[in-house]
Amino acid sequence: MAYSPGSTDPSAIRNFSIIAHIDHGKSTLADRMLQLTGVVDDRTMRAQYLDRMDIERERGITIKSQAVRLPWQVGGEEYVLNMIDTPGHVDFTYEVSRSLAACEGAVLLVDAAQGIEAQTLANLYLALEADLTIIPVLNKIDLPGAYPEKYAAELAHVIGCDVSDVLRVSAKTGDGVEQLLNEIVRQVPPPQGDADAPARALIFDSVYDAYRGVVTYVRVVDGELNHRERILMMSTKATHEVLEVGVISPEPVKADALGVGEVGYLITGVKDVRQSRVGDTVTSAGRPAGEPLAGYRHPKPMVYSGLYPLEGNDFPELREALDKLQLNDAALVYEPETSAALGFGFRVGFLGLLHMEIIRERLEREFSLDIISTAPSVVYRVITEDNVEHIVTNPSEFPTGKVAQVFEPIVKASVLAPAEYIGTLMELCQQRRGIQTGMEYLSEDRVELHYTLPLAEIVFDFFDALKSRTKGYASLDYEDAGEQEADLVKVDILLNSEPVDAFSAIVHKDRAYAYGVDIATRLRKLIPRQQFEVPIQAAIGTRVIARETIRAVRKDVLAKCYGGDITRKRKLLEKQKEGKKRMKMVGRVEVPQEAFIAALATSEVEKK
Amino acid sequence: MSLACSQPVSLYVHIPWCRVRCGYCDFNTYVADTSDPGVTSPYVCALLREMDLAARRIGRRRVETVYFGGGTPTLMPLADYARIMAAVRDRFDLSPDAEVTTEANPETVAPDVLEGLRNCGINRLSMGMQSAAPHVLATLDRAHTPGRVTQAVAWARTAGFEDVSLDLIYGTPGESMADWGQSVDAALALEPDHLSAYSLIVEEGTPMARRMAAGQLPYPDEDDLADKYLVADERFAAAGLEWYEVSNWARPGHECRHNMVYWRGGDWWGLGAGAHSHLAGRRWWNHRRPLTYEAALEGGQSPAAGSEHPTAEQTRVEMIMLGIRLSEGFDAALLTSTETARVEAYVAAGQMRRRGDRLICAKQGRLLADGIVREILD
Repeated sequence: MAYSPGSTDPSAIRNFSIIAHIDHGKSTLADRMLQLTGVVDDRTMRAQYLDRMDIERERGITIKSQAVRLPWQVGGEEYVLNMIDTPGHVDFTYEVSRSLAACEGAVLLVDAAQGIEAQTLANLYLALEADLTIIPVLNKIDLPGAYPEKYAAELAHVIGCDVSDVLRVSAKTGDGVEQLLNEIVRQVPPPQGDADAPARALIFDSVYDAYRGVVTYVRVVDGELNHRERILMMSTKATHEVLEVGVISPEPVKADALGVGEVGYLITGVKDVRQSRVGDTVTSAGRPAGEPLAGYRHPKPMVYSGLYPLEGNDFPELREALDKLQLNDAALVYEPETSAALGFGFRVGFLGLLHMEIIRERLEREFSLDIISTAPSVVYRVITEDNVEHIVTNPSEFPTGKVAQVFEPIVKASVLAPAEYIGTLMELCQQRRGIQTGMEYLSEDRVELHYTLPLAEIVFDFFDALKSRTKGYASLDYEDAGEQEADLVKVDILLNSEPVDAFSAIVHKDRAYAYGVDIATRLRKLIPRQQFEVPIQAAIGTRVIARETIRAVRKDVLAKCYGGDITRKRKLLEKQKEGKKRMKMVGRVEVPQEAFIAALATSEVEKK
Repeated sequence: MSLACSQPVSLYVHIPWCRVRCGYCDFNTYVADTSDPGVTSPYVCALLREMDLAARRIGRRRVETVYFGGGTPTLMPLADYARIMAAVRDRFDLSPDAEVTTEANPETVAPDVLEGLRNCGINRLSMGMQSAAPHVLATLDRAHTPGRVTQAVAWARTAGFEDVSLDLIYGTPGESMADWGQSVDAALALEPDHLSAYSLIVEEGTPMARRMAAGQLPYPDEDDLADKYLVADERFAAAGLEWYEVSNWARPGHECRHNMVYWRGGDWWGLGAGAHSHLAGRRWWNHRRPLTYEAALEGGQSPAAGSEHPTAEQTRVEMIMLGIRLSEGFDAALLTSTETARVEAYVAAGQMRRRGDRLICAKQGRLLADGIVREILD
């Protein structure tokens, strides 16, 4: 007989995640599991069933994880498999760690044609740290370009298992998936928990739904969560009533309760995911637990960027869109800011670059907004000589007085690549002020490089540089590694002696000149000549380090103006007067907004 | 509506034919064989019909200037010139000292033609010289050789023309500063009474614009154009030709009276295909295509294709926009107080100056006239 939610014997439960790189076939494997376990019939099956959002399906990235309860039989025994999805990108390391914390086992899924990637390796390390049982699996063994022997050996080396322990599947054809399900039952330990203790459940995801409000995904560790019970969020101390509890299989199924080891969802009617934070512990308000589960961390933005609507009139729409996105994204923070060059916009904090890209893309796609973003900046800690600490998320906040020390965030980065690229990668990392901390061969021809790098160097264009220097073979992972003191300066760009805020940047002293020349040259080419000469200067404080000049316009008069030209000329003048109103004024200098946008945009393109 | 009044009116006559179409030209011209009376005759008939219409509308007004423009008007048979001029005298009060100009291309005039034009009452000749450099003429698709201009001017003088004007174009791709200097000197050597010098304007849709877009010809360089303008202005002035409009210089007393009518906001009737008119504060323009134009008049219709009635504000803007191009400037009273305040910065910078109640572009401001208008107007 099948178990029903709320009364599942913990010994029959297997909670697992799939760790895989983008494109290595995680969603396809999940699809096969849904079919084989019978929770989705062939008629209603669609590709990448669990990836609901368009944007996820197109990019092949799963941003928000879900948990699916799958019934499975081995040797006449009933089991309940809870497959907990994990986000697959470097910006979401914390979310991944919480998903893994909800499991006892992990399937390490690797493309047999490509081998393991840096992020997968990083997530594997997270799983090993969390003491999860790892089941190594090679996918896409049916592909002509597959090297199952080679990559099985690599996986065995990385995990420290035998090559024969590496399973081989084709998620596409379904080959080997049944054996995999059996192995999950056999190898992954059942959850351990105290059914009589006060309830403790780990939030590993929370998703905003327009109809239901926030849907919170939990894994019960101890005790039980019941329908209609009052619950307490242990970090925020907020209490809510459980309006609905249930499991996903793969559509929501209501239940009366969730017991030890079970995975499911709660709905309390809250409207904002920030009230139901990933990593927090849910307990019973009436009989609260003494200690929360370990590992909760408040999300901290690592990267900031100014987002501005191309059309100034769209500012209220942008605010509304960010408000809506924030309902579903506890890590997104923003506040209004004004730029002389770009008008009204928002300073937005992100977990990382991908997070930033996703938000930008959603603003453009789901809200039809045209957005211009300023160069991403990390968070600096600046100590002035009067011993005051300044937290700087925007170059404009950089203190103007005497600076004693500047601290920048650093990361521990690992880069995985074919061994032939070691030289070029070391050169790149060195250029980016990286310090090598180690190097390991994963196999004969694949190597993992360890570096400590300033985060600022990574957010700029590191990933693109990495890819282009290794023909796309290198992969990158990094994690927060605190801060370091560095010789950093703020470079201002002055147009006719007026600073243009959008181009101020905090850069390493050795890079300041190159940055100044680059931006000044670009602006000289983009800003039309004025009636007077306009100097463009790059300056550190009051010291000018680079200069370009937009020469004064010398000829601005139509040669011919006869009887038939007068109407046309007057209309042209009227149009030009209209155009003038849309110009951004920097002091006396008129700059078409397109010039600023082009200068910001080319900085992205040229770096790639 | 009758537009009759005592004010003089000017007449513009558009002759739309050319032998070849020059690659830079966006004027309303058509390549046609004008030796075929089947081409010119219906058009001239239409011109006369429009003149009848004009006479009915404005009465027998005094005409101080007549201007044959094109196209290449001198491709038109002399008999047609004679018919048109007779009609002008017949329907209007052509002043005895009226200025009657025709544009001419050097290769289309010969001594007998020039004499014939004089006999029709044409007393001013505006000749398209463009350049003295053969490679520049070739880039412009001009058919004449530089020597032909010298000859044509000599013939014109012999025929009794006391007003000869030459047109020059500067900034053609491939034209060096030395080439331009030679063209300026060559023009001055012919001792013209009047000179027009235009920077090459690359008009959208012309073959030249396409060649530039395709990278086959370089775009004109603004600095080069400014330098060439200043060279021309200096040498013309040294030769006794004073600037009176941005692109026009003349010996004192030989300014083109017809063009001054345009620039001072006077009344003129434009006859012919695509011609613009301005009368009593109203502007209109005729159908551009000669056949459409002819058909309208043949059917007893007005040949006007469109019109506008500029508002008082638009008229004010036009007066400033056109006046700033003239050595006589514009009336300072046309400006609002905020505009006057903005003008002061240009006066202080030496780009504009005041003379009595007029505001005038100084030499340093002349090449920036359009920009100055954009800046000062509210």
